[in-house]
Order: sequence, then structure tokens, then C-alpha cells
Amino acid sequence: MGLSAKESEILCTLERDPCVSTGQMATMTDLSEDEVKGIVADLKQRGIILRTRSVINWEKAGEPLVTALIEVRVTPQRDVGFDALAQRIARFPEVRSMYLVSGTYDLAVQVTGRTMQDLAMFVAGKIAPLDGVQGTVTHFLLKTYKEDGVLIEGDQQPSRLPIAP
Amino acid sequence: MLTNRHTKSNLVAQRVQEIPASGIRKFFDLLASMEGVISLGVGEPDFTTPWHIREAAIHSLERGFTMYTSNYGTFELRQELARHLARLYEVVYDPRSELMITVGVSEALDLALRAVLNPGDEVLIPDPGYVSYMPCTVLAGGTVVPVPTRVEDDFKVAAAAIEERLTPRTKVLLLGYPNNPTGAVLDYEELARIAVVAAKHDLLVISDEIYDRLVYEREHTCFASLPGMQERTILLGGFSKAYAMTGWRVGYAAAPAEILEAMLKIHQYGALCAPIMSQMAALQALRAGEPDVRAMVAEYNQRRKVIVKGLNEIGLPTFEPRGAFYAFPSVARTGLDSDTFAEQLLIEAKVAVVPGSAFGQCGEGYVRCCYATALDQINEALDRIAAFVRRHDGGQSK
Ligand SMILES: Cc1ncc(COP(=O)(O)O)c(C=O)c1O
Repeated sequence: MGLSAKESEILCTLERDPCVSTGQMATMTDLSEDEVKGIVADLKQRGIILRTRSVINWEKAGEPLVTALIEVRVTPQRDVGFDALAQRIARFPEVRSMYLVSGTYDLAVQVTGRTMQDLAMFVAGKIAPLDGVQGTVTHFLLKTYKEDGVLIEGDQQPSRLPIAP
Repeated sequence: MLTNRHTKSNLVAQRVQEIPASGIRKFFDLLASMEGVISLGVGEPDFTTPWHIREAAIHSLERGFTMYTSNYGTFELRQELARHLARLYEVVYDPRSELMITVGVSEALDLALRAVLNPGDEVLIPDPGYVSYMPCTVLAGGTVVPVPTRVEDDFKVAAAAIEERLTPRTKVLLLGYPNNPTGAVLDYEELARIAVVAAKHDLLVISDEIYDRLVYEREHTCFASLPGMQERTILLGGFSKAYAMTGWRVGYAAAPAEILEAMLKIHQYGALCAPIMSQMAALQALRAGEPDVRAMVAEYNQRRKVIVKGLNEIGLPTFEPRGAFYAFPSVARTGLDSDTFAEQLLIEAKVAVVPGSAFGQCGEGYVRCCYATALDQINEALDRIAAFVRRHDGGQSK
């Protein structure tokens, strides 16, 4: 099902800034507040708006998270293919995102934890032993350059002249 | 005022001494000593140049493009520009003889005026208007004749008002629409009426269309596209605003070959050429920057609605700007003139705006607020302005 122009404008605006108030969204889109509320509720109901989340630089906050990307090779099962096993893995709360991918392995799994030890134990204890998992390769993330569309940059940001003609 | 008219210095030329200092200089000094200021006083996008454009410039440096270009600018860029103007406005310019790349519209404006004015020639300039128009005219030996515009007419300059101010010495009409500072835009019919006047009285029109891409829920009309106008129009355009490229210092002029040749003569001695890396970036902008322009315009449009509604609700009547990225509220109800309003607002509420008087006499009573500013900053600025206006309400009853 396609989106209307207003739905699309609301989605783009929310993706950029989920904190926009209903009143302000109404002003920006030439709609009434009730119309905005209705459209947003409908987009949530249709599973198009999943949820709203803050992108946080935990490293800067002094509480770094450890993240790893795990390549998982699996044996597809009759009738259900990759899905049954994939869903089992996806249910672990340690798993942040997960995708079926083309190429030399099958599932790309992003996991987070407090320590490297936690994650290593999780992979060895929970993923690797699953029936159908042929093998795993774990890549620990060492440094973040961009998070969810936001560049992680140094402190020196250029700024405009405050007054200009 | 800040003129040095009466100081006797023989170091500085009389002609330069007679130009008033910029009305916004003193705000720089004030601002330098303050923290936590929200600035709506800027005149440029808050976006950085789209990465693919920056990347194209970096790539050109890597390949060793570090030399002068033709005085006209690179042929590739002029060719692309000719295609761009034809596509958008159906105006046809010969990239060999009718287009040149300049160091921003700033240089193009200076060249245009110097190329065509004889001492004492009169230049009609809608007031309020961009700050450079008046001094550049004076430096080129011309005489400024302001044409007042009013909020009642949506700050549009009327053909009749132009006609009223014609004299035998009138040579140039300098149009700047979409307008800085008001955000006014002229429709096709209004421009057509001005074109009739220009043709009838043999005026040369310098049309500064640097904000051509920043119009909201309407189409821009290029003055040169009006019947019979291309032969008497110097079209100035740029990359600064549409592609968020203010620091690159690149723009262009399009004009009949004879005039362009005269402008080139000055340019080749005064600037030689626009920076090659900036020309490379501009080429990339024309070739692939359209989605960026659309995305930025969509965002400015949302902010425009928020700031105009906000200012009106505060009780500062604000005309709905149709182009550029400025709102131009009236501050009359506070009883303060625009200079005092801007200064007090900065000191008391830490919001920087530009006094309308910096743009001409008709800008008195207004301030310019730039909405090329992040939404949360606009919201915070509106809160601060509201509190300030409440404290200063009373001018109304005087
Ligand atoms: C109306 C107008 N013309 C020209 C300019 C200068 O543009 P450029 O950066 O191309 O020199 C500006 C910049 O603020 C402007 O507002």
C-alpha cells in the first residue's frame, strides 16, 4: 500500500526529529492536530512506525557497550528455510539487529553486551550449539564512525558567523 | 549614523568614506562578548554542503586541478549551466559568450554595475533590499534611487512605482527577488508588467536571482524568460543558497554577449577566475544536486510555517514570505525602532536578529529573522522573543 503525500511528510519529519509536538507537526504540514494524531496512530497500527529511540553515544557517556557482528552459517530446514532458526536467535535480548544476507554466510547478527566476555560466552553458549548452526565468526566493533545516520565526530565543529548580510 | 563623512582623512578615498559602515557591524562586537546566544541573524543555510559535492571537489584536488581556469570559468561548467537554465526556465544562453562564472553573486553584481554605469547614471533599487546593492552602485559611480515597497503590497515592487521614479538619467533597474530581507516573490504577471516598463523606457535590468530555487509552493519566474527581456537583462545566480555553498565563493552571470564581454574585462583584471575546486564542486551540484535542493526546500518550508505562525502569535505581525529563508516581522508595537529592538533583544533575551533598517529606509520598523536554523533553536528563540515583547509591550498605547 502506498503512502499519501502527508503521510510521507510526517514520516520524514518524525524520522529526523521524533520530538516534534503534534501542534508543531500540524503547522508544518498544514493539517489540524486531530488529523496529525489520526495519521500517526494509523501509521503505528499498520506497523510502519515501529518505535522511537534515542541514538546515544555510550562511549562518550563513560559506559561503553561492547558490540559484535556475528556471521552465522546455518543449514536451511525443509519447509521453513532459514526462518525458524533465525527467529529463535532473534528472540535473545542480546541480539540488537539481525538480517538474512547473501554471500559466504547466511545470518548477520548484531549483539551488544557490557563486556567482551559476556558476548563471547553468549555466542559460545547460546548460538553455536543450536541445531542447524554450522559455524560462527565473531567481529568485535572497535570504533564507531557513524551511528544510525549520525556521524561521530571530534569536538571541533565548524559554525556559521552569527550575523551576516 | 556611522558615516565618516566629516572626518578629514586623506588616506582613504572620499568615495569610500562616504559609504556608511554596515549596520550590522556593531552586533558582531556585542555578540563576541556573549554566550548562549541563538542567532537568527545569519544569511546562509544551516546545512553543510552535501557530501557528494564536497567529495567531487576533494577528488578534483587529488587529480591535481589546482590551476587557473579560463576567465569565463571552465567550459564544462558553463555548458552544464546553460543546460540547467534552459531546463528550468527555458532561457537559452550561449556558454561560449553569454555565461561567466564569478566569485559569488557578490562579484557578479559588482561587475554588472561597473560594466554598465556612467557617472551619475541612476539605478532603481526596491527598498528594502540586499545590503550590497546601494554601496556597489555608489562605488560604480551610479546614483541610487530607492523604490519603496510596503507590507500592504507583500513587499512587491509595483511597475507603477518604478515608472514614477524614472528620469532621463535612469539606466538600470536592480531586482532582487526572491527578496532578502523580506522573502517577497514576484509572480509572472507582476514581472510582465515590469517588463513592459523596462521595454518602454529602455531600461537595463540586473536581476539577482540567487534565491531562485528557494521558493515555497510556487514556481520561480526567471526575468530573462519574459518576452523580449533577455536582451536587456543581466541575470545573476549562484550556488551559495540552493546548494548550501556559501563558503565556496562561486556564482555566475548570464547576459547578452556585449555586456558579458565588458564584465569579463573587469573580472579578468580584478579576479582572474573563480577558484577551480569551487567550479568543480559547482559542476557536481548542477549534475546531481537536485535531490538535495528538494530536501532542503522541504525542510525550510516547514520551519517557515513554524516561525511565521510563532511570530504572529507573539503579536509581531509577519507577512508570509514566499521565498528565500527570512521572516520579516514588524516590531512597531514595542515602540522601539528596529535598531534598538535588535540591540535590546540581543542583550536582554540573547537572540540575534538583523535590524530592517540595514536594508534601507523602508526596512525601518522591521527585523529580519533567518529560519535556516534548526527547529529547536527556532522554538527557543520564539519563546525568548515572546518574553521580550511582553516586557516591552506598551509602545502600543503611546
Ligand atoms: C540577495 C543576495 N544577493 C547576493 C548575495 C551574495 O551571494 P554570494 O554568496 O553568491 O556572493 C546574497 C548573500 O547573502 C544575497 O542575499
